[in-house]
Amino acid sequence: MTSRARWLLVVATALMATVYVLPLWRVRLIAPQYPEGLGMLIRVNGVEGIKPQDLNSINNLNHYIGMKRIVPEAIPELKWMPWILAALIVSGLLVAALGRRVPLFIWGGALGLILVAGLFDYWRWGYDYGHDLDMATAIIKIPGMTYQPPLIGSKKLLNFRATSWPASGGIALTLAAGLVAVAIADSRRRVVASPQV
Amino acid sequence: MSWFSRSRLLTGAVVLGAAGVGYACSGGRSSSLAGASDAAQRVYVAPGEQDELYAFLSGGFNGQVGVYGLPSGRLLKVIPVFSQSAENGWGYSEETKPMLETSYGFIPWDDLHHTALSQTDGIDDGRWLFVNGNNTPRVARVDLTTFETNEILEIPNAAGNHASPFVTENTEYIVSSTRFSVPVPNRDVPIADYKAQFKGQISFITADQPGKMDIAFQIIVPGFNYDLARAGKGPSSGWMFFSSYNSEQANTLLEVNASQNDKDYIAAVNYRAAEACVKAGKGRRTAAEYRHNYMDEFSRVARSNTRTSVLQFTAAECPGVMYYLPTPKSPHGADVDPTGEFIVAGGKLAAVIPVHSAVKMLAAIAAREFEGELEGIPVLKYESTIAGEVKEPGLGPLHTEFDGKGYAYTSMFLSSEIVKWKIGTWEVVDRAPTYYSVGHLMIPGGATRRPYGRYALAMNKITKDRYLPTGPELAHSAQLFDITGERMQLLLDFPTNGEPHYANAIEASLVRDRQKRFYAIAENSHPQIARSARETGIERRGKVVHVRMTSVRSHFSPDNIEGVMVGDTVLFHVTNIEQDWDVPHGFAILGAQNSELLIMPGETRTLRYIPRRAGVFPFYCTDFCSALHQEMQGYVRVSAPGSAVALTATTNNKTAAQGGN
Repeated sequence: MTSRARWLLVVATALMATVYVLPLWRVRLIAPQYPEGLGMLIRVNGVEGIKPQDLNSINNLNHYIGMKRIVPEAIPELKWMPWILAALIVSGLLVAALGRRVPLFIWGGALGLILVAGLFDYWRWGYDYGHDLDMATAIIKIPGMTYQPPLIGSKKLLNFRATSWPASGGIALTLAAGLVAVAIADSRRRVVASPQV
Repeated sequence: MSWFSRSRLLTGAVVLGAAGVGYACSGGRSSSLAGASDAAQRVYVAPGEQDELYAFLSGGFNGQVGVYGLPSGRLLKVIPVFSQSAENGWGYSEETKPMLETSYGFIPWDDLHHTALSQTDGIDDGRWLFVNGNNTPRVARVDLTTFETNEILEIPNAAGNHASPFVTENTEYIVSSTRFSVPVPNRDVPIADYKAQFKGQISFITADQPGKMDIAFQIIVPGFNYDLARAGKGPSSGWMFFSSYNSEQANTLLEVNASQNDKDYIAAVNYRAAEACVKAGKGRRTAAEYRHNYMDEFSRVARSNTRTSVLQFTAAECPGVMYYLPTPKSPHGADVDPTGEFIVAGGKLAAVIPVHSAVKMLAAIAAREFEGELEGIPVLKYESTIAGEVKEPGLGPLHTEFDGKGYAYTSMFLSSEIVKWKIGTWEVVDRAPTYYSVGHLMIPGGATRRPYGRYALAMNKITKDRYLPTGPELAHSAQLFDITGERMQLLLDFPTNGEPHYANAIEASLVRDRQKRFYAIAENSHPQIARSARETGIERRGKVVHVRMTSVRSHFSPDNIEGVMVGDTVLFHVTNIEQDWDVPHGFAILGAQNSELLIMPGETRTLRYIPRRAGVFPFYCTDFCSALHQEMQGYVRVSAPGSAVALTATTNNKTAAQGGN
């Protein structure tokens, strides 16, 4: 591992640590009746309203379409994720301290897998909320209509326009992944350039 | 012959009887109506845009405050203060009834004359609006984060609380004074004993802490009619000026008998000296029964407490506290300019507008330039305090406000106009007709150290042909003038609620940015709150049935109630569990001899319902809350007395305590 790669790794883990403070994803809901919008912030350890009562309001509105209440305490991933992230950060720092290439490749691979799995899991929860509707108690029933917000981008869901983008923490994670990729590429290139190392 | 001297030929009584004459006689008016399209542009607030100013117009005989946007003149809200409001349950719900308690019992109405915004350093700060109740003397505080009345204090020994609730520079005090002098303490005496037994009072009320309004001291003064007031500032800081009339002390046919003296008085009260006098132990606590009513911030339940004494002294007991400034003639306004140097009197029957100088007054007091004494109160010489007189201003000067650029604007009731004059030269520089018979006028911040200026609002007493007619009773009219130029320009004419006697306006940002959007349910400490359907329930205590309910879009929990009997009293405690802006829910039930409830998000309100006959009676949400508002309903089954129907409260066949959201 080059010293540059080691520093990149340290910066990447620092970026990853910001996620304990910064939200990963932001979902905004705008409707004619909600010009100021409602919204949710997805964090590594929870889901909360952008305004203090937004989540409560979103849940109250969702009962019209038979959607389950979003209860962050009932989503187990939100309990594990901080620990998985902590493990990644600590092991990432160890890899940087060790300065060996193979652990870097393994660690980088694990990071990539976990990020993809996390994103997929987030999408799966969105799919579940948007599709698993209690049609017995739903008040508004539109055949074929589902209410999954997009992962990225904007979509019209009845009177609401749902817009979803990575938030600062999500951007930090993406940057971190990018830095790790650069570190890996850097280390590989040095291998090719100087096989004696 | 000028319009003025021609008018002056008329006797006072004839002039008073012919409000229109002065207007008809007045020629050579210089003010102009702005070009119609130009004026329209200056008051046009495009859809989706907001007004520049909040204006709070007193509602007079409706006992409420009208909130308007300026310059559009659009009505934004009516705030009930002293009057019950069936529209939202103010004074009908169990939580708000205590706000209207007085030492005379529950009083559902008052005559609300004047507004005063709280001030910091002599400038309106947008925290609170104070208002007065004239008929059963009271003052009230309206919280401008909620636009709701949250405190009312009754004033003992007063009758006609007119010169009220004007505010001191840092909201240390608001004031109250007597319009109708009465025996103090009030007792059964012949009315003809007026001069011997009737007294006025001037009270200073601590106002800078919500929930803690109190009468700091009450000065017993000669039995005149006290009319309007303003706090001093700058050189007059620490003083309050009250106009008074009926120095004749007439107790009958005042329109003649109280118009005899050439001069009445402005009472100058040094409230710092009064504080010192109290500190020196000169006052005494005198028995007096009055109420203090306050809405608790968290339970939002009002309490009414009886107070039993007030700290009193006479002006004569505290030399240096009060002086009389002779002022022609039955003055209405006693208005202090932004510098605090000048006190402008509006003598309803006066031929000039006299302007007193605070600096000269202080010098005259030091030099003891007195022309006499009234009940131990020194009367200063007119020449010693007068700074100037505005000559031939018009007829019936009432009230003056200031633009902060060296000009004063005086309303003229009889000649129905606003007259603009220059402070210092006392020259009239412009006049603009009003339609018709302006009472007070208001310049935003026009009574403060730093007027916002830009506009003047005339509040007119007579409307006649200004709007589409609505039978014998017409809306009162208000007129908005642009005062940024040399000449006043009439921009807008709009009808108002009740009878605005006075108003305040303030830059929108000072109030808009501090608005409460809903009450946090976590902070709600109402004893009968249900935070969710799980906490709802029904309970019988003898003949009283308590129903703890929630409302949320679009249902009540519980919504089927049985086991209530004729002869019971049912108390519906409804908590709106929404935590979102602009989602009030209503509650009304067939046959309730009461009003509806309008329940703000996070709030609990209680409706008292006494079923009169057996049957099944629906209740429903009265505020269109959601697409399924029409489904938001329930039933109460009322059975004959002694029936065996079990007391139950359910939603969707689940008993109240088992419900979901």
